[in-house]
Amino acid sequence: MADAGAQPLYQARIPIYTRSVKGRFRNLKWGILGLAYSVYFLLPWLRWERNVGPDQAVLFDISARKFYLFDLVVHAQDLFWLAGLLVIAALLLFFVTGLAGRVFCGYFCFQTLWTDLYMLIERLVQGDRVARIRLDKAPWSAAKLVRKTSTHFLWLLAAFLTGLTFTLYWEDAPRLIVDWFSGDAPFAAYATTLFLTATTYVMAGLAREQVCTYMCPYARFQSVMFDADTRIVAYDTSRGEARRGRHRVTRQLKNREQRQQQGVGDCIDCGYCVQVCPTGIDIRDGLQVQCISCALCIDACATIMDSLGWGKSLIGYTSEKQAAGLPSRLWKPRTIAYGVLLLTAIGALAWSVGNQAPLELSVVQLRQPLFVRLSDGRIQNRYELHMENKTDEPIQVAIMMRGLAGAQLDLGKLASVELPPQRALHVLARVRWGSSRDVKGSRGFDFNLVPQRRDDLGMISAPATFYLPGTNY
Amino acid sequence: MSDKKARSQGAVQTTGHAWDGDIQEFNNPLPTWWLWAFYATVVFALIYWVLYPAWPVGGSFTKGMFNDITFVDSDGSVKTTHWNTRALLIRDLKEGKEARLSQEYMSKVADASYAQILADPEMMAYTRSVAKGLFGDNCAACHGAGGQGVIGLFPNLADDAWLWGGSIEQVHKTIADGRYGFMPAFSDTFDAKQLRDVASYVLSLSGNPVDGVARARGEKIFQTQEGGCHYCHTPAGTGLKSQGAANLTDQIWTIADVNGTDDPAVKLERVEKVISGGVQRQMPHWSERLTPAQIKLLTVYVHELGGGQ
Repeated sequence: MADAGAQPLYQARIPIYTRSVKGRFRNLKWGILGLAYSVYFLLPWLRWERNVGPDQAVLFDISARKFYLFDLVVHAQDLFWLAGLLVIAALLLFFVTGLAGRVFCGYFCFQTLWTDLYMLIERLVQGDRVARIRLDKAPWSAAKLVRKTSTHFLWLLAAFLTGLTFTLYWEDAPRLIVDWFSGDAPFAAYATTLFLTATTYVMAGLAREQVCTYMCPYARFQSVMFDADTRIVAYDTSRGEARRGRHRVTRQLKNREQRQQQGVGDCIDCGYCVQVCPTGIDIRDGLQVQCISCALCIDACATIMDSLGWGKSLIGYTSEKQAAGLPSRLWKPRTIAYGVLLLTAIGALAWSVGNQAPLELSVVQLRQPLFVRLSDGRIQNRYELHMENKTDEPIQVAIMMRGLAGAQLDLGKLASVELPPQRALHVLARVRWGSSRDVKGSRGFDFNLVPQRRDDLGMISAPATFYLPGTNY
Repeated sequence: MSDKKARSQGAVQTTGHAWDGDIQEFNNPLPTWWLWAFYATVVFALIYWVLYPAWPVGGSFTKGMFNDITFVDSDGSVKTTHWNTRALLIRDLKEGKEARLSQEYMSKVADASYAQILADPEMMAYTRSVAKGLFGDNCAACHGAGGQGVIGLFPNLADDAWLWGGSIEQVHKTIADGRYGFMPAFSDTFDAKQLRDVASYVLSLSGNPVDGVARARGEKIFQTQEGGCHYCHTPAGTGLKSQGAANLTDQIWTIADVNGTDDPAVKLERVEKVISGGVQRQMPHWSERLTPAQIKLLTVYVHELGGGQ
């Protein structure tokens, strides 16, 4: 199979053995990871008191077409809020990227978080970088098998918990977990768990940085939001390389004075920054598309510089302009524009959520037949009225119409109905009008829903059209 | 041609075979993962053959193991068989989550009286959605998907004219027991002039302008033994519901398409045609084909279509 002459179609992955590091940014990242995991894994278990509906704080109930978010109940008609949320998320990403670079990638992206967890498991079971390289090179033995197997087992366990937790957001968590293990859960729950277990295991365990380099669209288009003022993780070339470049610590280049005399930079070429990099790049080569701004190389160099007593890390957050010694502006028109758009979108969504209509009415014309002539010569149109009560209390409503003089509204025995809390109701309405045969065409009118014995709720209207024979439709 | 070059240099491995001196067989091995995936499908197939119905054997087939499925058949008997999609479907239709929910509602409606159903918006909404399917399956072939009917053939159920009565009990009886509507043909009884006279009178009943002299002659035929129309259509022309006789005084025409034209001569001609040819219409009875609960749902649905009485 090995063939020197043939060009490989795919480049084989070069294994990356990341070394652990301690420091400011590592601690920050552990903090964010802990917070994110606490929210993700514990949120479905949080109970919430409601007059009507489930007692789970966050529940996306697809079959009932309701999303429960603490005290907010999102109904099917409110689903455009999701679009608003996505717009906000996109703008927030643009805004933060314009301001501070790939903060999302380095600190918040689930690929980064789960890869961090998997690397932690790997390190706890197999040891740090050198031990892992040695283990991989070693011939297969019982000890190696145990270590490798237990790593993969723990990875799969973490993946399974991830997948299982995801399903808990879509049904009552305590019941679903019992159903899941007793074999009574819906097929979708098993399929979702299996799928997410597989993807988590493959993405965080096996693919890792290749997800960022080859799969992630954001990694590709984020560069258009970058400019010379954007915060990036960069190597201080002038200090690290000086005139003659970096050099290892040797007898002649032991302390800083000797090195500065000879024009050698502060970088001792220890390679620690490369070894900690989860994407396997050398930050000293400059800004690269693979860099996810995780800042671990900053911690690595800080550790070395601290131990040598040579000052701060050679790698740090800076901008291209700043690194070149030019004045750098953080707030640029584009960033401000992103910020304004972001605030506008947040404001609009908040306003929309805050002004959620407690009562909704929509009218569907029954079009088969569109109209029918009655025995007294009048024309009858039929409509289905969809009414929804979004409050926690039942509302008695009277159904009326306006705008069609002399018309008769027939609702059978349902002219006044009680809308149950958090429920929708459909009622059939018949409208009769137009005794003269000369009346043709169509007329617009309104259906009105008048809440009874509720001063806090106003009347709501929905437009409808009355069709007569001879209508061009 | 780098490919050719690579081959001539022996870059691509061959199997080592050579025919006719220089014909060689290249060896391009598959990726290892592909091979493993292939083995995995083989293993899957072997397990599948054991567990599921798979191989034909003579006139039968292997039934698989550990895959019993129990379901209640349409005749009410409990059957256990090897796994198959038909049994799975029957079971889901009877015992699935949605099926159970639907049965719950169905029994609620079956137990309720008509008055209770008509006054309950939720039961009405359920009735509308289920009966729409029943109507589509059983009634729409004649009466149309929206109950609009066909003029001259099948009555319009979406208007407020009820040949056999529009009360919920009468609609129920119509669906359960069926109806047979009959009007004799008068082609042998009336000559052309008499036909015109009766048609003029009939049209005048619903306010259509007609020739007054012909109308008076027609009225005499209609109201006396000569035509005998008043027996079924009543002297006032409003029709006997018990006979399914049409109300001639309203604006609805179920047989003669009077509303379909503005020309008085054509209207007259259309009514004449019905009187001369007579009418025979039959609605089958549904008490044997539908369950009482289904008939109940359809009754409410049809009653609501035009706004029943």
